[in-house]
Amino acid sequence: MTIGTSPPDTAATAMRRTSGGLASVLRLRELPVTLALIALVALTYLANPLFLGQQGMKDLLLNATIVIILAVGQAMVIITRNVDLSVGSILGIVAFSTGTLFVAVPGIPIVLIFLAGMALGALLGSVNGFLVTVAKVPSLVITLGTLYIYRGLNNAWAGGTQYFAGDRPDSFGALSVDTIAGFPLITLIAIVVVIIVAIFMASTRPGRDLYAIGSDPEAAKLFGIPVIRRVLLAFLSNGVLAGLAGVLYASRFNSVGATTGTGLEFDIIAAAVVGGVAIFGGSGTVVGAAIGALLLTTITSALAAIRVDKFWQQAIVGLLILAAIVIDRITRIRTAKKLRRSEARDV
Amino acid sequence: MSNPPTELLPTATNKSGTRSAGAPTARGRTGIARILLGRDTVIIYALVVFIIYAALFIPRFASPVSTGFLLLDVIPALLIALPMTLIIITGEIDLSVASIAGLTSALMGVLWAAGLDIGLVLIVSLLAGVLAGAFNGLLVAVLGLPSLAVTIGTLALFRGLALVVIGDNAVANFPPPLTSFFTSKLGGTGIPTVMIGVVLVAIIFGVVLHLTPFGRGLFALGYSKEAAIFVGIKVVRAKFWLYVASGSVSALAGIYWTLRYSSARSDNASGLELTVIAAVLLGGVSIFGGKGSIPGAIAGVLLIGTINFTLRLGRISDVVLIIVTGTLLIASVVAPSIIDGITKWLHTRRHRRTLPQASASGATRATASGVQEGK
Repeated sequence: MTIGTSPPDTAATAMRRTSGGLASVLRLRELPVTLALIALVALTYLANPLFLGQQGMKDLLLNATIVIILAVGQAMVIITRNVDLSVGSILGIVAFSTGTLFVAVPGIPIVLIFLAGMALGALLGSVNGFLVTVAKVPSLVITLGTLYIYRGLNNAWAGGTQYFAGDRPDSFGALSVDTIAGFPLITLIAIVVVIIVAIFMASTRPGRDLYAIGSDPEAAKLFGIPVIRRVLLAFLSNGVLAGLAGVLYASRFNSVGATTGTGLEFDIIAAAVVGGVAIFGGSGTVVGAAIGALLLTTITSALAAIRVDKFWQQAIVGLLILAAIVIDRITRIRTAKKLRRSEARDV
Repeated sequence: MSNPPTELLPTATNKSGTRSAGAPTARGRTGIARILLGRDTVIIYALVVFIIYAALFIPRFASPVSTGFLLLDVIPALLIALPMTLIIITGEIDLSVASIAGLTSALMGVLWAAGLDIGLVLIVSLLAGVLAGAFNGLLVAVLGLPSLAVTIGTLALFRGLALVVIGDNAVANFPPPLTSFFTSKLGGTGIPTVMIGVVLVAIIFGVVLHLTPFGRGLFALGYSKEAAIFVGIKVVRAKFWLYVASGSVSALAGIYWTLRYSSARSDNASGLELTVIAAVLLGGVSIFGGKGSIPGAIAGVLLIGTINFTLRLGRISDVVLIIVTGTLLIASVVAPSIIDGITKWLHTRRHRRTLPQASASGATRATASGVQEGK
């Protein structure tokens, strides 16, 4: 912000810029979660080398895949200062519809399955977005309502029916068994999703708009950002990703039924928050959210690998979330102080 | 989602104030009309209408047995809804309530199985709830962290601690006199004896919220934190004690749950937080804070509970129930803003018709003020 304002100051700004390389890495919001993940993996590996064996790695990635995709979508919504509690229900309904489609239309191409699941997710996500933006009701309330409604629809539709892996073609199940260079296919899908959404959020106009809306909705509107359209876009994208996660869920897990995906909502929000996405919007990245998801799912495997009682897992997740919130607050206070100081110098 | 609305509030009121100066005074109701037409009162009407309907048309509904089971089922949600109402009115939220209930239940099971006196078990369990609430209060009120994120964290933490305490065991052999007391009824009325306690707690929360300066302060706090600080409300202390109250009442609900079903498990009451919040919001408490009432929240819980019960009596599955819960919740929050939109539209249309140069006069006023500022 100081660059080019006063020529005599260039030496100082240049100095500040050179030191910016390391400093900007240290300031990265994803840094704490990345360090935590590295430390966790390293320590567990030292205690039990099998943890990073071929099978261990594969399980780790498979477990993380679905949560990563959901966390990326949730991060887009949270960055706009909204939240979507209904993702677990969307995932459930899409997973069940995937099972149904395979039975109802034998020999249906897998591409169509993916498209249908994502389309259904898009529909459910845009209902959320529509209610939030048009009725101007907080997303927490709306998506709490749709969490129940979507789950109810899923229950009504599924009843006691369950579809098992045997009902689906082998090539579909193979998506979560076959690997390329050690990465399961569905994990590769998740990685592609993270990259695409990260580029979208970091360097496209609509992506940056989402941040602007999240940090100050009123200012965003005054600035001429189509707030309603952008928030709708965030909810729709989240729906598409939840739909994709639902299809992958059907590939990864043996059975899909009425209760698939129940209670997932807080895990997903937790992954995003742990990954440095501020709950009040405007900051954080989808890469951070993805790393957060990876960290939370890795903890479970790590505890098993070092033979810690599995019952500790959830308590540790809770502590991590609280740590992430505290770290976020500390960095925010520091940045504010730094901004104040630099502004005082410029005056 | 609590802080942003309070930040936005001033600009929002400003805007409506400049857009149509006459509207706010015309729309603000006073006295009895305000009470009789409030959002919470409408839910009470809905509850009464529904109960009358159910009593007339649903076989077996109007019987002591039905009343008993209905009330026994809603007591945990009813209890937790009371502090939740106060917390949401201040513009915060507590998602960890059901986990606190689960933690209490797990503790009870382990301590009882270890052979402690049942009185001591109850006291320690209740104390655990108080501490859990104080921990939330410390993070939210004292450190000023966002309650939505914090209580998602403690939701996982407390449920996790419940698992650590009791694992996947279940303790069921609580003393029979105690468990039968918790399902006993007052004479032939079908009303559970425990309801006396619940009503007492409800009266305490109702009086605190509606009839004390502290309670009025909570509304002020939810409406505008800055204003509340300026008029001398001790924001930190108020919020801290609300979370302690929430933890304590959640512990009571956990104790009740354990003894009513005579089973202490780590997953007791899981998912109850969403049911309670849905019921409270249905009962007219605004998620933005600053609005709501205890009678409304109670009516919200009872309405969802009663609909649930009648559907089950009518052999309709729980499936429909959760659709009804969700739809009621969305309808109750969307309807006011639709009505708002329609009245605003009618208002502007009327004004355009009667005052054709309204926009022109607005423009001159704007330039006049601009000139003044220029000087």
